[in-house]
Amino acid sequence: MTATEAALRPPAGAGGRRLAWRPAEVVERMAETRRATTLVLDVPGWPGHLAGQHVDVRLTAEDGYQAQRSYSIASPPKAPRLALTVERLEGGEVSPWLAGEARPGDRFELRGPIGGYFTWSVAMSRPLMLVAGGSGVVPLMAMLRHRAASGDAGRAVHARLLYSARAVADIIYHQELQRLSVEPGGPEINLTLTRERPPDGWQGFDRRIDAPTLAAAGVAPEMDPDVYVCGPTPMVEAVANALVGLGYEPARIRTERFGPTGEG
Amino acid sequence: MTTTTRGFSGRRRARPEGNRVPPGQFVTDDFPVLSAGPTPRTPLEKWTLALQDGGSLAGRWTWEEFQSLPQTEITVDIHCVTKWSKLGTKWKGVTIDHLIEAAGLDEPPEPYLMAYCDGGYTTNLPVEDLIGGKGMVATHYDGEPLEPEHGGPARLLVPHLYFWKSAKWVRRLRFMEHDEPGFWESLGYHIYGDPWREQRYDGD
Repeated sequence: MTATEAALRPPAGAGGRRLAWRPAEVVERMAETRRATTLVLDVPGWPGHLAGQHVDVRLTAEDGYQAQRSYSIASPPKAPRLALTVERLEGGEVSPWLAGEARPGDRFELRGPIGGYFTWSVAMSRPLMLVAGGSGVVPLMAMLRHRAASGDAGRAVHARLLYSARAVADIIYHQELQRLSVEPGGPEINLTLTRERPPDGWQGFDRRIDAPTLAAAGVAPEMDPDVYVCGPTPMVEAVANALVGLGYEPARIRTERFGPTGEG
Repeated sequence: MTTTTRGFSGRRRARPEGNRVPPGQFVTDDFPVLSAGPTPRTPLEKWTLALQDGGSLAGRWTWEEFQSLPQTEITVDIHCVTKWSKLGTKWKGVTIDHLIEAAGLDEPPEPYLMAYCDGGYTTNLPVEDLIGGKGMVATHYDGEPLEPEHGGPARLLVPHLYFWKSAKWVRRLRFMEHDEPGFWESLGYHIYGDPWREQRYDGD
């Protein structure tokens, strides 16, 4: 482990202290797409987090029944409020409540931050290459927001996002991504659609992310980027294999995969 | 103190397998994949498994030699720290007991073990959680050779602990005098990982 990576270790859990369940109150709810909702939360005592980390959410029914799932944090490390973006999965147990039912004033519990590997900080300084599928964009958005909030240090990090969505209406954070991309020193954003014929004037790709797409839209392997890939398992498998084939250093490729469909 | 969540009732919970599912877990019929990086692909002709005692090699098997060791089949429930459990999974491989015996050791030389894998992954285990039929190096899942995404050609299988302890793409097992954290164990996850005590993270 390098010194930088050591510095990126999660602040919580490191001292042998239990990660406590904390009450969280919904402050604001924003519809992102047909299926994805962002919940802005008030979490008293939140210890802070790194871009890319997630939380465990626990919902408790009136009869005491509980269900837990993990969700990526969408807000950058120093944001005043914690934000989660949750995609509603058909047949899911927790995501339909978070993405559909939750309203300002509702309360549930969470604990975290969790995950000390799929994390990024501007201090890592190598070029940043992000590859997202569907709601896999959420932890990568926390990284882009962290970069944008880091001023010159952020702008100094060359960054590219390649993001695959089914249709234009399924692109989470679409406006914010467009806004970031046109800022001076902003990241380069490439979108690709996999289930819908692109509309007239579409600037992006219209295929699943494959080796040619990565070669066209990625940070070249010769630039030795830190690579983060997040999405459904088949997409992550295909992308990670293609990246290794293109000559990216396997140890520099960090992956995060979704669990099974219908179980969120 | 527990916060009740307005409007949440949860899925019907009268599942017949209820007492087989540890706290905080849910049952899936899929076989999700979780890996920190790309899936390594080691050709079988280059694959070896090594058993290491301190600085010396206690045993080493090529793929062909490994196949000739006594094979054991087990059916077990597995529990991933990301909350899914999968019941009644069928595996085949060589138990750690048989590996120790094949290496000519009368008993495990040290009380702890570190597993090393292709791709750089490591995980630590007490040896007593591996012997007595509790752990194996598995090469087959559900009657078929283990697929690379699931850890093929060979993964550790220690089903009574969270599944990150069942290290994929295992290549070397090193006995250690003292317990040391492996990959996830040094990144905030629990040093032991008992799903029935919900030991997910450091301090649980």
